[in-house]
Amino acid sequence: MFEWMAWTTPVVVFFTCIVLMLIAMTVWEIRSPTVMRKGLLPIATTRGDRLFIGLLTAAYINLLFVALGEKMMAWFGLEQEPSVWISFALSMLLLSIIMKKG
Amino acid sequence: MDERRFRKRTLFLILYLVFAILPVYWMVNMSFKPNTEIVSTFSLWPKHFTLDHYHTIFTDVSWYSGYINSMIYVAMNTVISLLVALPAAYAFSRYSFLGDKHVFFWLLTNRMTPPAVFLLPFFQLYTTLGLMDTHIAVAMAHLVFNVPLAVWILEGFMSGVPREIDETAYIDGYSFPRFFTTIFIPLIKSGVGVAAFFCFMFSWVELLMARTLTSVNAKPIVAVMTRTVSASGMDWGVLAAAGVLTIVPGAIVIWFVRHYIAKGFAMGRV
Amino acid sequence: MKPVNQKAWFLILPVVICVAFSAILPLMTVVNYSLQDIISPDRRVFVGTEWFKSVMRDDDLQGALIRQITFSLTVLIVQIPLGIALALSMPAKGWQASAVLVLVAISLLIPWNVVGTIWQIYGRTDIGLLGASLSAMGFDYSYTGNATDAWLTVLVMDVWHWTPLVALLCYAGLRAIPDAYYQAAQIDGASKLAVFRYIQLPKLRGVLMIAVLLRFMDSFMIYTEPFVLTGGGPGNATTFLSQYLTQKAVGQFDLGPAAAFSLIYFLIILLLCFILYNWMQRVGTSDKEVSNG
Repeated sequence: MFEWMAWTTPVVVFFTCIVLMLIAMTVWEIRSPTVMRKGLLPIATTRGDRLFIGLLTAAYINLLFVALGEKMMAWFGLEQEPSVWISFALSMLLLSIIMKKG
Repeated sequence: MDERRFRKRTLFLILYLVFAILPVYWMVNMSFKPNTEIVSTFSLWPKHFTLDHYHTIFTDVSWYSGYINSMIYVAMNTVISLLVALPAAYAFSRYSFLGDKHVFFWLLTNRMTPPAVFLLPFFQLYTTLGLMDTHIAVAMAHLVFNVPLAVWILEGFMSGVPREIDETAYIDGYSFPRFFTTIFIPLIKSGVGVAAFFCFMFSWVELLMARTLTSVNAKPIVAVMTRTVSASGMDWGVLAAAGVLTIVPGAIVIWFVRHYIAKGFAMGRV
Repeated sequence: MKPVNQKAWFLILPVVICVAFSAILPLMTVVNYSLQDIISPDRRVFVGTEWFKSVMRDDDLQGALIRQITFSLTVLIVQIPLGIALALSMPAKGWQASAVLVLVAISLLIPWNVVGTIWQIYGRTDIGLLGASLSAMGFDYSYTGNATDAWLTVLVMDVWHWTPLVALLCYAGLRAIPDAYYQAAQIDGASKLAVFRYIQLPKLRGVLMIAVLLRFMDSFMIYTEPFVLTGGGPGNATTFLSQYLTQKAVGQFDLGPAAAFSLIYFLIILLLCFILYNWMQRVGTSDKEVSNG
């Protein structure tokens, strides 16, 4: 039935995380409803907005990191391109900052 | 002062209309010319007037069935879009609920995906379901961009209707389905008309998906037209005639909804 | 404030199911493709971020992106004011109103490949009205040879094709303004400009939001018309993002890179629309405060 979608493990993990995140956000929202607030971001946001902005920023950070891979090799004199896990960790850190302070 | 202003506006309008009509006139002009005249001479009106191209279209089954196929899936798409969008737009305009703003934005994002992205997955999906080359497949695929638009437009109209009307009806003992179909929908008739027009239009002119998802039985007119490009050169005349004929259904639809547009709509909350 | 009612979810469920079926399943598939080298439907190799690397480091893509953003912004700058002006000058009542509405809307109803074909002929200097008139006026015009001409032709074609959408939406918005507003303005002795700025423009906010976002999204995905008209040329003067993508996906059948490209493309549109959406909402609300206070 779903073979045509050409599933791979990382993508399964990725979408499972997204679904879990949505469920968690829903439960959190029911337990303690969010309030609009103005933080570091230029617009007033709810928790859901911050999650969206955070995820979008994370995606862009990973893309930029991938784009700059070769250049970073030259800058830091690396043997090979830096691992994408670095940018992943970086983007997750930023996501949590946006969620908390945004 | 007002008189001069009025004339300035009319002048602008006429200029724009000329700009808008000339390319269409050129197409109509071409559709009445023989192919040799089209590619060889510049003429403001047909020198050798001919109806051959229209004759080709009306007698060749693959041509006129293209029109029928297009109309079938466009009609299906418009009806489905409106049926699912009406209750959703009501929900968005009347209630706040968990994640309402996010769902609304998510719907809009579906209009942002370039159709080329989805061509292959759609092909695979509908092949798996055994729906390839059916009208419903194209109608379903077009829902991606039409449903969000319909929800968006209808929500605007519905926000303009005072909420007291709903409350009074519920107090009078109307059930939701009865209130919605007998009182509410007639109130936003013009919104339904405008939304239907936009759904019709975007589904009617879309080429990429309609072409990918059909081969013979449901082949739409936009895809049949690409046939006029052949090894022996373009059949410009037939193409122009087909183009002229594609405007006709749309012109009829806009004629029916013109009152709704002219009556105007104020968008409430956005 | 609207009452909270979680049961409203049942009303939006049909929409969510419909759109999820035709959007989320394909989107997941595209994500899957983007991480694999698809040699044939049965032979796939996992390649990780390889495709993202190659797309992000592609100079042609950056060129296409810059051309695309320039084009979309120009489209907005030209079409939105032109559409508003057109809506303001369209007659409000009578048979003229109906006739003008139908005439204005015609270009919207022409299938996109036909639009390209019409302009292909229309712009030719030997047999097309536009091309012939331009060369008769002494311009050395050729949309197939000159990059600027080609770009301008695509722009004029898009203006011709889509300004009516803006105009129709604004026209409908204008007709919804009650006469009382205009009478009040007349008593105050407001100038036409003031009427436009403080009555008409704020009332058009909702429809303008739809118009701006629709035009932005659709022009960002423009494909069929320039493909038929210029084929992306001359050189790559009119190769916009969508064309570049389709060349990859359909032309070279590189599903992996095409999928990675699509996702990046989607992220770009998502970000731009998110900014535009929030910005317009802010402009709108501050306008409201002005008119209330």
